[in-house]
Amino acid sequence: MEKRSLVTIADHSREKIEYLIQMAQEFEKHPNRRLLEGKVVATLFFEPSTRTRLSFETAANRLGARVIGFADPKVTSGTKGETLKDTIMMVSNYADLIVMRHYLEGAARYASEVAPVPIVNAGDGANQHPSQTMLDLYSIYKTQGRLDNLDIFLVGDLKYGRTVHSMLTAMYHFNPTFHFIAPEELAMPEMYKVFCREHGIRYVEHTDFNADVISSADILYMTRVQRERFTDLMEYERVKDRYLLKLNMLGKARENMKILHPLPRVNEIEYSIDENPHAYYFEQARNGLYARQALLCDALGITLEDIRNDKTIIE
Amino acid sequence: MKSKELLVAAIENGTVIDHIPSQKLFAVVNLLHLDRMKTAVTIGFNLQSKGMGTKSIIKIADKYFTNEELNQLAVICPNLTLCVIRDYEIVEKKTVTLPDELRGIVKCTNPKCITNNEPMNTIFHVRDSVRGTLSCHYCNKTIHLDEVKLVEELKN
Repeated sequence: MEKRSLVTIADHSREKIEYLIQMAQEFEKHPNRRLLEGKVVATLFFEPSTRTRLSFETAANRLGARVIGFADPKVTSGTKGETLKDTIMMVSNYADLIVMRHYLEGAARYASEVAPVPIVNAGDGANQHPSQTMLDLYSIYKTQGRLDNLDIFLVGDLKYGRTVHSMLTAMYHFNPTFHFIAPEELAMPEMYKVFCREHGIRYVEHTDFNADVISSADILYMTRVQRERFTDLMEYERVKDRYLLKLNMLGKARENMKILHPLPRVNEIEYSIDENPHAYYFEQARNGLYARQALLCDALGITLEDIRNDKTIIE
Repeated sequence: MKSKELLVAAIENGTVIDHIPSQKLFAVVNLLHLDRMKTAVTIGFNLQSKGMGTKSIIKIADKYFTNEELNQLAVICPNLTLCVIRDYEIVEKKTVTLPDELRGIVKCTNPKCITNNEPMNTIFHVRDSVRGTLSCHYCNKTIHLDEVKLVEELKN
């Protein structure tokens, strides 16, 4: 079988992204199936991430696969000095596919090169988190009916925020206009701005965050401004409340505008917004299930056609 | 022929690497694994040079390198001159060009990169040979040629 690991969304063409979105739509219609019956999926979390792990395990379980793995690196032989390669080779003997979260950058690429079974990257350090990107893209597509020509506003920690970097590299196929809203200390790194310029992606930078700035947004993508990211805590105290989204800032928003957030949220979106029709972050998290079902199937060589002709649906 | 005294004796057959910036000499020695050579290697260090102030030169007897081996040198000094010597004559002059991919040569500067935490080779892709930018195949970190550290250098 051809190895079909997923390391980064940047490896995917526009057509492939659209194809995976169509797959996710099928799973949204019928999430419970026996499509992966007889398969074993391993979830190796060398760094704890409960929400991502639960989402992947739910995706596998709802498709009839069995799941093995670990949620806490303290229980693995890595602590005894075993190399990543040895762990991957060992688990490859047991599982048909490995979902891996690792604290080191590039771990997923390396694992995909040494493993005889497909690897699905569930986050490697600050580098890539393609299943989050896929669910973000699916959420954008679902709420806007398209991915092309959208005004996407990224707010908060744009320096360390892995999700916003992946979003940039994935959306470049779709002629977006980006708006970067961040404190100077957490501004979008130069290398991503170079990426935008090289690929003809328009972007505007703001340090203010108010109703007027966000009035032309189709997607408002919020992230958390984390205290530990600041070298200067005075600076943190000064900017921490400037990037909070308040209900009274939504008055000028476009009707189709949706607020996304990779979660967990702390206080960056006022709780009263949860009931507002612009809020979409909880549905977004649910979309993660369908997006991950699509990614698992694609990695195991199951096609969109297989899914459309699937006779194993559990009603 | 200019009647000039050679500070490093001529070789009958082999390879001459000239115009090495003196501070890069030992990096070149490491990169080509000259410490493991069995044939004669003569090295001139801190020699006078009109163009460069001082330079270094290495003459390796009875050894011819592949272009692949030599092109690695472009990582540390892009302006080398290489001469292939047969029967005391220069039969070929070569310049080095940065290859598209560097395997096991450059160390990644990102401490959280898998290559710095696992016994494995690094791979770098040359993104822009004019500006000298490389990117790590694993963690995507971009580094510049003038800040590279070599894997070999670190082992020694």
